Amino acid sequence: MGRVSVKNVSRVFTKREENGGTEALHAVSFDVEDGEFICLLGPSGCGKTTLLRITAGLETQTSGEITLNGVPITGPDPKRGMVFQQYSLFPWRTVIDNVTFGLEMQGVNKAEARRHVEKYIDLVGLEQFKNSYPYELSGGMQQRAAIARALANEPEVLLMDEPFGALDAQTRNILQDELLKIWEQKHVTFIFVTHSVDEAVVLSDRIVVMTARPGRIKEIVEVDLPRPRSRTSPEVNRLRDRVLRLLEEERFHR
Amino acid sequence: MKSNFIKTIEENGIEALSLIVAIAIWQFVANRIVQNKFLLPSFYDVTASFLAIIESGLIFTDTLTSLVHFSIGIIAALLIGIPLGIAMGWFRKANRAIDPIIEILRPIPPLAWIPFAIVWFGLTRQAAGFVVFVGMVFPIIINTYTGFKNIPKVYVEAAKVLGCTRNLDLIRYIAIPSAMPSIVAGIRIAMGVGWMCLVAAEMFGVSASGLGYQIWHNYYLHKMDFVLVYMLLLGFVGLLIDRFFRYYVDAKLLRWTSGTVV
Repeated sequence: MGRVSVKNVSRVFTKREENGGTEALHAVSFDVEDGEFICLLGPSGCGKTTLLRITAGLETQTSGEITLNGVPITGPDPKRGMVFQQYSLFPWRTVIDNVTFGLEMQGVNKAEARRHVEKYIDLVGLEQFKNSYPYELSGGMQQRAAIARALANEPEVLLMDEPFGALDAQTRNILQDELLKIWEQKHVTFIFVTHSVDEAVVLSDRIVVMTARPGRIKEIVEVDLPRPRSRTSPEVNRLRDRVLRLLEEERFHR
Repeated sequence: MKSNFIKTIEENGIEALSLIVAIAIWQFVANRIVQNKFLLPSFYDVTASFLAIIESGLIFTDTLTSLVHFSIGIIAALLIGIPLGIAMGWFRKANRAIDPIIEILRPIPPLAWIPFAIVWFGLTRQAAGFVVFVGMVFPIIINTYTGFKNIPKVYVEAAKVLGCTRNLDLIRYIAIPSAMPSIVAGIRIAMGVGWMCLVAAEMFGVSASGLGYQIWHNYYLHKMDFVLVYMLLLGFVGLLIDRFFRYYVDAKLLRWTSGTVV
């Protein structure tokens, strides 16, 4: 079960020299259903990453609260997995030892953890590379391993902070398709931050479009298209057009 | 077999030739130009002295003594330096508390501690070890601290969301491995400093044997060929320690960094 409720969340970053500070998020509220795929989309600096980091428990909100299945989030927890934009694999551990890390922290012994994570490594197609060190992998493979590492904890929610942002366009498309397959196989709620309209339209059930700073919800767009989605069908293009127009309004507002 | 031999010569030919030429020049200058065993012992004299200390067994006892002094110093420096560096690197308050003390003690040249080493420990192995320790501990602290300060934030955050949240676990599973290249570099620098301190400490009478002691002792006896033997020996043992350490560390601890450009 992974129901996430964002209730009236605001976040102000204060610097010592200025009073008042910068407001990154202003009274954001929305609900994410169990097993739903949500994209947070908005212009850069709109606080979408901040919102994700608060959900992960890596940052705190100034007011409001976020709950997972009704329980307020106060700090990091393995029930909420996260994949970062930067390459975050531990370079001193091999791929398989990266993926077993979460289980080891729960006290599972290494041999058993290795047996248990085998299926996640297969799921992301890295069987051949499980004994490689991260420096031996391409960027796409590193992000696959990072996804496997997050999944191995069997999280209820998977938080993704532009995980494909640093990849080339083709690798990006492939990984999007693979991610959707994983999402269909595993019953996990996805909250996915992106600044790419294409990515949001291909992946999500709903797109939370945010305003420029301070981040507020501009509109929540339902993506009512059957999967697998073509990237160029007329319906997809129409939707993309609509979302792009929403973002463009934001640009002129500033 | 033969082709292997030829290959070795081909690969190391220039290095070997250079060494041979240097030795030949040395022998020629000492024997034909200086002609004074006190001012410049020849290669032949030094070889003869070297064989003499092997025969008498002095070489083994002195090398062993020096290694014991060195080990006392390095073990103490690791046991104290690494935990201090970790505490300073991870806990801001510990850094604020420890840093001023370190900044005052660090600029004192380690050899200035020799009188206190003798007063506190007498003419013992611990006294020599203490001077080595003073030379080694600061580079180890500083590099451990620097390694900890440079841990990429994303590793710590990734560990936290994977369920590793206690300070002790974060230090053990994330910070130490991530800082390992820097810690190892600090140990290597410290070993060079420690080796120098060792010789000086033994020379200044903190000990009554050891390679450094023998240099000073033979100088008093005006046996400069033996002085030179011990000098060369110090260089070789130092080189061996460094090579062994490098080989072991790179194979065991830092295999994962093979891809990074240092």
